[in-house]
This record gives sequence, C-alpha cells and structure tokens, in this order.
Amino acid sequence: MPEPVIVAQNLVKKYQDFAAVDGISFEVAPGESFGLLGPNGAGKSTTMRLVGAVSTRTGGDLRVLGLDPNRYGPEIRSRLGVVPQADNLDTELRVRENLLVYGRYFGLPRAQVARRTDELLAFAQLEDKAKSKVDALSGGMKRRLTIARALINDPSILLLDEPTTGLDPQARHILWDRLFRLKEQGTTLLLTTHYMDEAEQLCDRLVVIDNGVIMAEGAPAQLIRTYSSREVLEVRFGSDLNADVAAQIAGMGDRIEVLPDRILIYSENGESELVRIVDAGLTPITSLVRRSSLEDVFLRLTGRTLIE
Amino acid sequence: MTAEHTGAAPPPGSVGDRAIRSTRRTRRWGSWYVAEHRFLSLRAYAQTVTVTAIGNPIIYLYAMGVGLATLVDANLGTDAVGGVSYLAFVAPALLCSAAIAVASDEFTYPIMIGFKWNPVFFAMNAAPIQPGQIINGIVIAVFVRIFVTCGIFYAFMLLFGAVPSATGFLAVFVAVLTGLGFGVLLMAYTATLTEDTGQLAMVMRFVILPMTLFSGTFFPLAVLPVWLQWIGWISPLWHGTELARVFAYGLSEPLWLSVLHVLYLAVLLAVGWAWARRITARRLNK
Ligand SMILES: Nc1ncnc2c1ncn2[C@@H]1O[C@H](COP(=O)(O)OP(=O)(O)OP(=O)(O)O)[C@@H](O)[C@H]1O
Ligand SMILES: [Mg+2]
Repeated sequence: MPEPVIVAQNLVKKYQDFAAVDGISFEVAPGESFGLLGPNGAGKSTTMRLVGAVSTRTGGDLRVLGLDPNRYGPEIRSRLGVVPQADNLDTELRVRENLLVYGRYFGLPRAQVARRTDELLAFAQLEDKAKSKVDALSGGMKRRLTIARALINDPSILLLDEPTTGLDPQARHILWDRLFRLKEQGTTLLLTTHYMDEAEQLCDRLVVIDNGVIMAEGAPAQLIRTYSSREVLEVRFGSDLNADVAAQIAGMGDRIEVLPDRILIYSENGESELVRIVDAGLTPITSLVRRSSLEDVFLRLTGRTLIE
Repeated sequence: MTAEHTGAAPPPGSVGDRAIRSTRRTRRWGSWYVAEHRFLSLRAYAQTVTVTAIGNPIIYLYAMGVGLATLVDANLGTDAVGGVSYLAFVAPALLCSAAIAVASDEFTYPIMIGFKWNPVFFAMNAAPIQPGQIINGIVIAVFVRIFVTCGIFYAFMLLFGAVPSATGFLAVFVAVLTGLGFGVLLMAYTATLTEDTGQLAMVMRFVILPMTLFSGTFFPLAVLPVWLQWIGWISPLWHGTELARVFAYGLSEPLWLSVLHVLYLAVLLAVGWAWARRITARRLNK
C-alpha cells in the first residue's frame, strides 16, 4: 500500500477550553477522495485548516505529505490547493489577475503562471470573463474561479470546504464534473459537505463527524450497509398525529425514527411495511419507499438531520 | 517512530522532499510577491494616487508656502521662524506630512480589507506565503509609494524655490522614514482591530490631525507652552520635520539631537514592524 498523504492521529484543536476537534484519527491515500461529513459546528472547517497548515494543532499528531505542519507549513501549502468555505478572491483585481497573482505565490515563473492561467480559465469555463471584475461574477462562477485558483500550482492534494454550498443544481453538476476529472488525473481530494448525494457521488471514503469526534468511517455503500437497512419507508400522518402513530407501529421494521414531520421505518422491504401499517387500520397522508442513503446513516449516528 | 514523525527532514526524492525544494523560492522571495500583488491592487485606485501625489504639493505649497508666507514674512520677518523665509520653513514639514498622509491611507483600510472585508491575507497564507512576508510585502509597496510621492513633492519644492540648502534632497529620505516609522505602528494597531466601529476615524481625528498641527509644522514648537510641547517630542512628525529642516535649510540644532531624530524614527519602524508581524501571525493562525 502506498504511503498515505494525510495521517491524523488523535488530532485536537481547542479554542480556550472548547475542543472544536476532539481527537480524530484518519488516513488518506494518494489519489483517494475523502469526505468529512457533519452538521454545522462539527469541526469540519477546523480540520481543514489543520490539514491546510494554517492552524496549529493543540494536540495529537498530523502529517501531510509526510511533513509536520508545525515545522513545514509553507512546504506543505506549496503542494496543496485550498478552496475555503467562504470565497476570498481579491475583488480589487480582475478574474485573470487573481490567478496570475496567486500563481506567483508558489514561486512559479511568470510565463508558466500565464500558461497555466489560460488552461484553468478554460477548465473553469470562465474564458469570457477573464477581464471581468470578480464582483460581477455569479456565485457559481466565483466558486469555479476559486477552484481554478486552487489548481494554479498543480496541487497533490485539493482541500474543498463545502465546494457547492449555495449553488443551483446545474452549477453543482458542472463542479462535480470538474472534480471528477481531477480525481481521474490522480489528485487527492479532501472535501467537506452537507449534501449526501455529493458525498455519495464524490467520496471513495468518508468520516461522519459530530462535536469534533468521528462517529463512523467507511465507503458510502459500506456505511449504509452497516448503519441502515436496504430500504426506508417514509410516512406522514400530520405533525399532531406522528407521535401517537409511532407508538402504535412500534416494533415494525428494523428500526423506527420519528422526525417532527414524518416517521421513517427502516426495513429490507419498505412495501411490506406499508401493507402492515394499512392492515393495522392506519392511513398515512403520504407514503414513500426509497433506498437508504447516507442521510439515514447520519440520522442514526447523530440523531439529527444534516441540514438543520 | 520514523524520522518523518519527529519533524525531521524527509527522505530525498519523496513528495515531502520535493515540496521543500519547490518552496525555496517563496521562502526567499515571498515578501516581493506580496508587494507585486499590492502594486497590482494599487492600479484600482491609481487615479487617486496620482492626483494626490501631484495635486497635494501644488495646493499645500501654494496655500501655506506662498499665501500664508506672504502674511507671515510681511508681518514678522524672517526672525519668526529661525531666520529663513516662511516657505523654506514650512516646506520640509509639508513634505513629511505628505509622507504621513500616504502612510495613513495605506496602513489602515487596506489592512482592514485584507483581514476582514475581503480577506485576501488568508488566501495568501493558504499559499506558501508566511504572515511576516505579508507584512513585509505591504511595507515594501508602501515604501515605494511614499518614496515616489515625496520625490514628486520635493521636485515641486525646488520649483517653488523652497530649498535653500544643497543637501535638501536628503529631506526626501527623512520624510520616507517618518512616514514608515509612524505608518507601521498604525498598521500594527489596525491589525489588532477585528471590527471597525469607528476606531480608525478616531485615530485620524485625535491622533493624526493634532500631530500634524502640533509638531512644529506651521510654527516652531517653542511657541507652544511647555506643557504642550511633549506632543512634539513624542511625535514622529516633529522628529522628521526637524531633521528635514536641518538638510533643507540648515536649521541649527546640536548633532546629538539630529542623531536622536534618526534613532527615534528607526526604533518606531523596528518596533511597529515587528509588532505588526506578530499580530498578523497570531490572527491568521485560527
Ligand atoms: N477561531 C475560532 N475561535 C473560537 N471558536 C471557533 C473558531 N473557529 C471555529 N470555532 C468553533 O469550533 C466549532 C467547529 O467549527 P467549524 O467551523 O470547524 O465547524 P464546521 O463543521 O465547519 O461547521 P459548518 O458546517 O457550519 O461550516 C464551532 O463550534 C465553532 O464555533
Ligand atoms: Mg465549515
């Protein structure tokens, strides 16, 4: 097995007494696409900053590309591409200049940066916008420019903190496509997201984080197998009735989850659970049988839905 | 634990080793890359910069040095300001004030922008740039802008016939030192602000403006009552102005005092610069 490019052991980051990251351990192999999943405040961005060698750990151990960020911060960063949660493009510069200036920070010769800039503008589909002001770009375009900027040094590892939050479905698909291509070229991806479909699409492996600790780790399909049943039956009885009904159907399926607006019944066969409910004389307002997803894993592990 | 796990150098040929090689340039030249970036940003307000650099000397030298001077010279003669024309007296002070003005522009809002309003400092730091290099780069860029501004100002001083002494050009360097010495302190202070709730406006009103008025700028410090003269002694502008006068028209003062002016400004520069680097390092490491 090749040497992992990221190794975190018992990693801790405290702000005063509060541990934002509270002893997490994981390894990421070269070329792997690794996800951090978790609700708001779970410690995803903090973990990204630690790996990005811009934040000093409070405890535990961390190696990125075999180097200790405490000693080799700039060296690690020279091989990373960073897409932060909030865009920090330079709004005083034009689109193209943002890439040119950033490339220089890696000590790359001007001519090489200029060539790479043109390639990346094409990659991000921003060629027409090269001379635009950054503020004139849409949210999705800004995100693509931020990703292009992160690629200017041809990084070994790309850190993406919620790359598609706030984008419309079309813009997300364009971004996913771009990330797939990078993956095919062998770039290691470390990404955080609130979107289960995104995690299922992009991640080879992921960890579910809550309150700074890892709740589960594995490939998406594996996590679903381990923590959920094959199918889920979702029924709604109206918010007033949900609790009463839940008491009546207790014991059905493998497990039941009562949410404020609906009841989830986990089972190998959703349809047969629905038949049992109807046979019991209950009539749901709506019912839906679907495959289990990471959302269900998350709900099982944290007792919460991902997007609050 | 292997050697890597102690933070020691990685084995030759490994990714880590290659990373170390490829970062040498940025370790050495990072400050200059930041300065380059600042120059590019400066283009966004290039007009303001140019108009200030050329307009200011004309307006101030004319208003103070010609307008006000006519009044002063006619009523008080040259005795009032140490035996020279009022124009010659006030020009070195205006030169140093011009440096302070540029420093006050460049070391305040651009710093707030970089940390908060459009946090490009965080973007630089996510690349191999170190916090200290960000500060160095800004100082380099501001140095250039102050130097050019003061150079232009000095050219106008010559044009107005405001420089009796042949060593006058040295006043330009004094002004640059004055602007930077004061400016880096201001930058360090601005870097401590997580929010601008009017502190910068207060600094302009209650630090910079009084300093401009009470630093022996328009009248000798000795005119003030003793209990107000301390403002001059701690004012970088006073130290700069007095030294600039020594070079511009041969103001007579003891040598030790001239040396003190230089030392004072140099110490401010060193302290402010180091302080700004420290705060920046702390603030970027979240
Ligand atoms: N600089 C800081 N000072 C103090 N507390 C912080 C700091 N940065 C983060 N925290 C706290 O650490 C916790 C984790 O924050 P983090 O930004 O890592 O969460 P996240 O998983 O990225 O959440 P989100 O999905 O909302 O982006 C939060 O409770 C946050 O308030
Ligand atoms: Mg976050």
